[in-house]
Amino acid sequence: MISFQTNPAAYQHWELAFEGPVARLRMGVKEDGGLVPGYELKLNSYDLGVDIELYDAVQRLRFEHPEVKTVILESAKERVFCAGANIRMLGSSTHVHKVNFCKFTNETRNSIEDASEFSGQRYLCAINGTAAGGGYELALAADHIMLIDDGNASVSLPEVPLLAVLPGTGGLTRLVDKRMMRRDLADVFCSIEEGIKGQRAVDWRLVDETVVSSQFPEAVKARAEAMASGSDRPSDESGISLEPLGIISSDDERHYAHVDISVDRAGRTAVVLLKGPSTQLPADLATAKQQGCNFWPLALVRELDDALLYLRTNEPEIGTVIFKTAGDSAQVAAYENFLSDHQGDWFIREIILYMKRTLKRVDYTSRSTFAFVEPGSCFYGFLAELLFAVDRSYMLDGQFEDDDTAAPTITLSAFNFGVLPMGNGLTRLQTRFLGESETLEKARSVIGESLLADAAEQAGLVTFALDDIDWEDDIRFLLEERASYSPDALTGMEANLRFAGPETMETKIFGRLSAWQNWIFQRPNAVGEQGALKCFGTGERATYDQKRV
Amino acid sequence: MSEQTTEMTPTVEVNYADKIPNNVNLSDDRRLQRAMEKWQPEFIDWWKSMGPDGFQDAEVYLRTAVGADPKGWAVFDYVKMPEYRWGILLAPKEEGRVIPFGKHKGEPVWQEVPGEYRSMLKRLLVIQGDTEPASVEQQRYLGKTCPSLYDLRNLFQVNVEEGRHLWAMAYLLQKYFGKDGREEAEALLNRRSGDEDKPRILGAFNEKTPDWLSFFMFTFFTDRDGKMQLESLAQSGFDPLARTCRFMLTEEAHHMFVGESGVGRVIRRTLEKMKEAGITDPNEVDKVRALGGVDLPALQRKVNFHFSVTLDLFGAEVSTNAANAFNAGIKGRYREDRLEDDHQLLNETYPVLRGVDGKLVEVEEPALNAINARLLDDYIKDASAGVNRWNKIFDEFGIDFQITVPHKAFNRRVGEFAEMHVDVAGNVMSEAEWNAQAANWLPSQADEDYLLSLMKPVTEKGQYADWIAPPKVGIDKKPGDFEYVTIES
Repeated sequence: MISFQTNPAAYQHWELAFEGPVARLRMGVKEDGGLVPGYELKLNSYDLGVDIELYDAVQRLRFEHPEVKTVILESAKERVFCAGANIRMLGSSTHVHKVNFCKFTNETRNSIEDASEFSGQRYLCAINGTAAGGGYELALAADHIMLIDDGNASVSLPEVPLLAVLPGTGGLTRLVDKRMMRRDLADVFCSIEEGIKGQRAVDWRLVDETVVSSQFPEAVKARAEAMASGSDRPSDESGISLEPLGIISSDDERHYAHVDISVDRAGRTAVVLLKGPSTQLPADLATAKQQGCNFWPLALVRELDDALLYLRTNEPEIGTVIFKTAGDSAQVAAYENFLSDHQGDWFIREIILYMKRTLKRVDYTSRSTFAFVEPGSCFYGFLAELLFAVDRSYMLDGQFEDDDTAAPTITLSAFNFGVLPMGNGLTRLQTRFLGESETLEKARSVIGESLLADAAEQAGLVTFALDDIDWEDDIRFLLEERASYSPDALTGMEANLRFAGPETMETKIFGRLSAWQNWIFQRPNAVGEQGALKCFGTGERATYDQKRV
Repeated sequence: MSEQTTEMTPTVEVNYADKIPNNVNLSDDRRLQRAMEKWQPEFIDWWKSMGPDGFQDAEVYLRTAVGADPKGWAVFDYVKMPEYRWGILLAPKEEGRVIPFGKHKGEPVWQEVPGEYRSMLKRLLVIQGDTEPASVEQQRYLGKTCPSLYDLRNLFQVNVEEGRHLWAMAYLLQKYFGKDGREEAEALLNRRSGDEDKPRILGAFNEKTPDWLSFFMFTFFTDRDGKMQLESLAQSGFDPLARTCRFMLTEEAHHMFVGESGVGRVIRRTLEKMKEAGITDPNEVDKVRALGGVDLPALQRKVNFHFSVTLDLFGAEVSTNAANAFNAGIKGRYREDRLEDDHQLLNETYPVLRGVDGKLVEVEEPALNAINARLLDDYIKDASAGVNRWNKIFDEFGIDFQITVPHKAFNRRVGEFAEMHVDVAGNVMSEAEWNAQAANWLPSQADEDYLLSLMKPVTEKGQYADWIAPPKVGIDKKPGDFEYVTIES
């Protein structure tokens, strides 16, 4: 089983150092520290294990270090920044692993950009040597890129000429969309193994500045401090420690404090149950901070995040994920209002941003996703957002026979209209009602109202409202039918239907770039016996099928 | 720098093709001629600012390559170094030559760079090319402390020929690699040995060459790496590179002669002093130093240093790049043409000493990936043979001492043993243990200071510094008091 739980004391590949408002996130990949045997992580090349630590560090920098306003992303090794994803690892991995690896690394790069853009914690990448492939893509996630000018250090995306795959961790997209590099120059850059160094890297917009070796450390420090000056993060607050999650698991069950996963292997489904608050709302912000990582909204989101990663990585054959909630909507409302009231605080802001990122992970889940609204549920506000993230939602109209739990309701809040956008830049409701602006406005008009199934269906907020006569059969048909379809076709269908509306860099990365990469990952030119990934390192050259597809 | 350039400008304008000795029909290649015309004054600028410090107006008795015929390829004459006729010379073309190894074995050699190997070839040329000016830069102050005019002339001969080797690489870059190649040729003139901001590419070429013993060690050990690399490239399927390197090897032999005979003369002089003073124990360092000789333990430490630093130049023992270059037919093994196997190595293995869990273990690696390891072994064999020739001098004097080369894992910064601590005999130890004994193995500051204290210039005809014996034979069979360098006062 692959676990996403770690902490700085357990890191093998990264070091964190703090200098007031500036933190250093230093990559020193341990060569024999691979997640599985069979490859050496030379030249700061990485595998999923390295990225799991990176993700953890990025999260902790946001929550545990409010005083950090600039993060310097740098290498602990001389003359080498990062050589990108380990090629032997890619060459020996299953297709499923490659795809999930790329998705997670992409999400982590996005979370770095999210910190720079929204958290007042900006990333500065200091490239001290070779930054190749995924190494340069990591740099591309930063706000500002500095390249040492020593006649040796270069940035490159050599995937096409060297490996017959793409710079798939956002590389191609960020060159033209983020760095706004000219496409003809980008074509040149992506077609040469040796990359670009020195002033030309600045001229071509690949990096923001180059500095000679003797002045590099000072210049990086000065730049980091300058970048820190504009941040609204507090200098004098202590951080929120992210304690290890309490997880109890067995073969088919995984329990967190507020999230339960139960797996039905025969049906290839999993239910993810999110539970409402069980503790009193804190009286004030200070109390919420004292609760820290146990503060319900944060605890819930952390657990959901881990649950999604767990299912993605460790349960590949569970094709359908069903989201349910259980709890008191009024309590959820109270907590959400608390978040609203304190949005300006760095900690509350981090929680809301984390909600946003985790809901995006739901959007990018390559499983069929459903939400079932049943008696006892609490689909209020940000939890109701799950209804709009999933492929379909089913709501019980009324009560179950022999159960006096009240008929379920759902309630919209302001959170459904702004703070939790999807990767396409729109809210889920905007995306849902792309051609129905009136429906969207109607939905806004019922903010705060508890909607029974009939009203919810009328408002277009659930797919179907079923009474208890039909519920059991319809749900069974739904799940059995879904399980009988091709997983590939379903993944493709869902990914295409979920992201209506405009393209953004993010949708291009997860849509166009990842889709092409995942196709190339299946092709003999990359992974066949004579393919480039298989030949890499042996000295033998790949043989390509020359037909253009 | 710029004012010196103007001196050369007239020669640029007058029938330039004639001014560059060449056997590549330079006058027929307008594009290349233009490129070299632009590069040539930049080279002279570089030479004047980074070549030998002082002596630019001295008349030096140098050999100049004028042809590629092994029997009569050079002439000796007095020349001012900036007017040295650096030329472009390739070994004669062999008709019908085929690629001798790798995937393309048996196919006709390439006369142009195959597009798919452009990047790999360019990288090899840039790395090789970068070492040529680097050593000139490293040695630029040695003239001030020369032990004799003979040695001064040898230093300058080595320097101008390294300059010519730079020309050879610049020629290949400019002729065969388009715009990229021209930029790389210029970059070769812009990096500087030991400069923090624009260092030379390889570590050993950023080390100082502070004294003449270092110079001799460098030409013996480090130029021998150059020889191994050139021997490997001389096998290349890219014919212009193969021919270029074959000719460079003709010149390189002299550099190693300077090193081998130089160290030999130092040993000889020390032994003469010991014999005269009746010292038989080489470890009586103080006595030897009191006589102004280079003590043998210090000499051994210099060997340990230069040998180990040079091994780093071979790169990682197990290397994907080397495998790619061999399979592509770009870079072969040492004297590939004399090896008897299939020259493709797809199913072969080669034993490589590796560091595994803190131990030194011999591992059978795919032979393609072990190309560097094999070249390293060939180098060690070649260097050890030279060291054994020094050891004969001890026999001659009846002194019980042997120079040895340290274990290949000793003092390494690159490759398999970079993270390990291994002593000269090959014992793995902790960093603390290693550091505690390092002064026994590597030159100490006191050693360096002592050597520097010996470095007093001797520039009278036929005279030699007291720490080095005269050569047995003069250059170009000149008599002992020949004025190899005419220094105007």
